Amino acid sequence: MGKIKVTDREGKLHELEADVGSTIMEIIRDAGLDIEAACGGCCACATCHVYVTNDKINELEPIDDDEESMLDQAFHVNNNSRLSCQIEYKENLENIELTLAPE
Amino acid sequence: MTHKTDVVIIGSGPVGLFAVFELGLLNLKAHLIDNLDRVGGQCAELYPEKPIYDIPAYPKITGQELTDKLISQIKPFEPTFHLNQQADSIEKIDDGWKIVTSEGTTINARCIVIAAGAGSFVPRKPPIDNIAEFEGTSVFYAVRNKELFKNKKILIVGGGDSALDWTNDLATIADVTLMHRRKEFRAAPDSVNKMLNLEKEGKIKFLHGQLKSLSGKNKMIKEVKYSHEEKEYSIEADYLLPFFGLKMELGPIANWGINLNENFIKVDTEKFETSEPSIFAIGDINTYPGKLKLILSGFHESALMAQKCFAYCYPDKKNVFRYTTSSKDLHKKLGL
Repeated sequence: MGKIKVTDREGKLHELEADVGSTIMEIIRDAGLDIEAACGGCCACATCHVYVTNDKINELEPIDDDEESMLDQAFHVNNNSRLSCQIEYKENLENIELTLAPE
Repeated sequence: MTHKTDVVIIGSGPVGLFAVFELGLLNLKAHLIDNLDRVGGQCAELYPEKPIYDIPAYPKITGQELTDKLISQIKPFEPTFHLNQQADSIEKIDDGWKIVTSEGTTINARCIVIAAGAGSFVPRKPPIDNIAEFEGTSVFYAVRNKELFKNKKILIVGGGDSALDWTNDLATIADVTLMHRRKEFRAAPDSVNKMLNLEKEGKIKFLHGQLKSLSGKNKMIKEVKYSHEEKEYSIEADYLLPFFGLKMELGPIANWGINLNENFIKVDTEKFETSEPSIFAIGDINTYPGKLKLILSGFHESALMAQKCFAYCYPDKKNVFRYTTSSKDLHKKLGL
């Protein structure tokens, strides 16, 4: 069991327990934070948009076409924007820092 | 004109469609209301090409295939569809409910079945504070009247089919600028090539950027600020057409006085009836202990819901439980 750090839309920091094999979206959603994830994780909406705010961003798999296309439907997209349903938690992502994008 | 039917189903996703079947077997007629321009709900709108692996007896089926098969399965029951409209209000009448849609369609029915999934699909609006001021006059999420745009400065934003199709279409009559956050597009390759050619010929302009703010007066925009790589720019425009796809929201259902738990409708697990007798909720929109948001759970819920609808519609008749394999009566209903 690892940990990830998530800042919610009110600016509050949450340390969440993370299981290998879960997606970041699932970890955030199951912890009860306000993430819509309307499509349930099949990369068909853009409502699990997060910013990766520490250097763990370099350890993520690159964005694929599907994810990039869905990000087109999001707002406030930055260089560190990702859809959290497309990031699977692995041990090397321990202490990854994320901020929920505005709704 | 007021339609009359046994059951109004709100939402035409897989669960709403299958409800037509279960109701039909019990001789109950259904009208369906859906905010989209076609049936299938999320299956057809969000993931038509994505395979689903947990539909019983289908090792693999796409959202669109499932929709097409359900449409063919319910055909004998001749459901009536009211598409492109939202169920706006309900009112209790003597023998059931009167439902009025956003298009003014009025339907009287004995029962209402809410099969609205995660809610109705509505355009995703850019999060700009004052955008509502200009909506319907200078900002549009769909094009209804092209003439309005003749010889005007149009800013289209987005990278999908709607953005590209309208860029290509309006290029002949207006001064069109397409804005997108990157110069890659998820629209059909044909439309992308057409747009790139128009750009090369100088017939449209392309800008990298994301919307930031709008200013104007008398409900008309004048200037649009946008950013690209942390720099801010501005462009003059008469009309803004943002195309950022669709999102789902519960909509008017929230105001119908039915008990909700967050955005879900509470039901019992015998009849899937809401706190309001003769209003049911099935599929992803309902909640009960142990609820799983699976299409197959919605199918089960629709079968049980139909039993109770029968009791409302035919209070004096006994419902004999029969199988479609053997019942001559059911075969007749299925047109066999």
